[in-house]
Amino acid sequence: MQGSVEDIEIDLLLEAIYQFYHYDFRHYARASIKRRLLQARDRMGFSSFSAMQEKLLHDPAMLPGLLNYLTVQVSEMFRDPSYFRALREKVVPHLKTYPSLKLWVAGCSNGEELYSLAILLREEGLNRRAMIYATDINPDALQAAEAGVYPLDQIRKFTENHQKSGARSSLSDYYTADYGRAVFDKRLRERVVFSDHSLVTDAVFAEMHLISCRNVLIYFDRELQDRAIGLFHESLARKGFLGLGSKESLRFSGQAAGFSDFVREEKIYQRRDLS
Amino acid sequence: MTERPQAVVIGASAGAVQALLKVLPALPATYPIPILVVVHVPSDRDNALVGLFADKCLLKVKEAEEKEPALGGTIYFAPSDYHLLVEQDGTLSLSSDEPVHHSRPAIDVLFQSAADAWGEALAGIILTGANHDGAAGLRAIVEAGGAAIVEDPASAEMPAMPLAALASCPGAKRLGLESIHSYLLELVEK
Ligand SMILES: C[S@@+](CC[C@H](N)C(=O)[O-])C[C@H]1O[C@@H](n2cnc3c(N)ncnc32)[C@H](O)[C@@H]1O
Repeated sequence: MQGSVEDIEIDLLLEAIYQFYHYDFRHYARASIKRRLLQARDRMGFSSFSAMQEKLLHDPAMLPGLLNYLTVQVSEMFRDPSYFRALREKVVPHLKTYPSLKLWVAGCSNGEELYSLAILLREEGLNRRAMIYATDINPDALQAAEAGVYPLDQIRKFTENHQKSGARSSLSDYYTADYGRAVFDKRLRERVVFSDHSLVTDAVFAEMHLISCRNVLIYFDRELQDRAIGLFHESLARKGFLGLGSKESLRFSGQAAGFSDFVREEKIYQRRDLS
Repeated sequence: MTERPQAVVIGASAGAVQALLKVLPALPATYPIPILVVVHVPSDRDNALVGLFADKCLLKVKEAEEKEPALGGTIYFAPSDYHLLVEQDGTLSLSSDEPVHHSRPAIDVLFQSAADAWGEALAGIILTGANHDGAAGLRAIVEAGGAAIVEDPASAEMPAMPLAALASCPGAKRLGLESIHSYLLELVEK
């Protein structure tokens, strides 16, 4: 089928963003990226994607704003509590057998998932031996993750989720309330490294024991998903764990053979080595 | 709609289950095109719709999965807490973007992407509901040349959503639930 003018313009815009700024959205799931680009176009007041492209190529100051449309920063702490419960009950006992641990939260957004894991590790007595790598491509999100400050009105939901995850402490032990915001204890990020890393264009990390990458792969097309999953396979230690979002799975992936189901309902996999 | 239809999309909110029970169960198992449904459900509740309708329908009923092709003979429900979208090649996508009209899944998101993928070969149906979701999406379907059907607000359990859809698509067919069921049968007879 021949693409509409709008679709051609979107292809060209994504190509321009890639060539000039090295952010590669060309193989993101199209329907959703198109929706978000339409939103950006209308709210930024452009009459067409071509007009938007012209401005973008000549005014780098426009990029961060556009990135906030192209990437989706929607998250919560202990999102899908049963996932965190499964980590706690099924994965932690294995993690306890290692003297030192490396964990990777890929696509950490504003840090909600990262702090959830950090709190879980503390509750399970693993925080001192664990390093966590928190990565994302959106600089604003990384900054927010590093700050660890959330609107107080989200805390009720976060607390409820935390409790359902099998909490051994109270969420309020980890933040102080301040002018309508919850400021999370900076000790939670003592052993966290934040960095800009793209699952599309960047290379492997070394020897991770657990990679948690939730609700990032759904934004990719098949080909990109396979690349990212290959990257995870290479970045995991032998028998390392990979956790995905509740609607993501390795079932249709070309990389499925490299993993076995560990907690199937929670999309937690374990690296398998064919030797 | 001039082309042979390739898919049906349905959006429903408050009162959805009763309404859908009049429209879907008796459709034959051989119904040749996919039916995609968004129902507003509270986000932290497990989506019980699939089980309920799987028991009652002749058609296969399942929760929509990421990247699967939309096939005939099947009713797909959007999972709770995710938007459901259709790609150009007729495969399904999920996203955890912001709620639209306070809802995730949102009807507008499904309808707009489906209009983009199937153009005039699409029928969109808005049923009972107490908000305005779906009005913009149905309009996108009309603009792409597809067919628009709205449950008659006079008999709908909650008229607000049908009324909003009619306001944005004045040319839409306004039908009672039994007629919507017959419409779906006729749609694929051509
Ligand atoms: C919907 S959020 C998921 C947040 C969190 N993991 C959760 O499940 O709640 C998706 C995140 O993926 C990030 N992202 C998008 N493309 C990426 C890429 N190529 N590499 C790494 N992160 C990416 C976005 O910036 C965003 O922060």
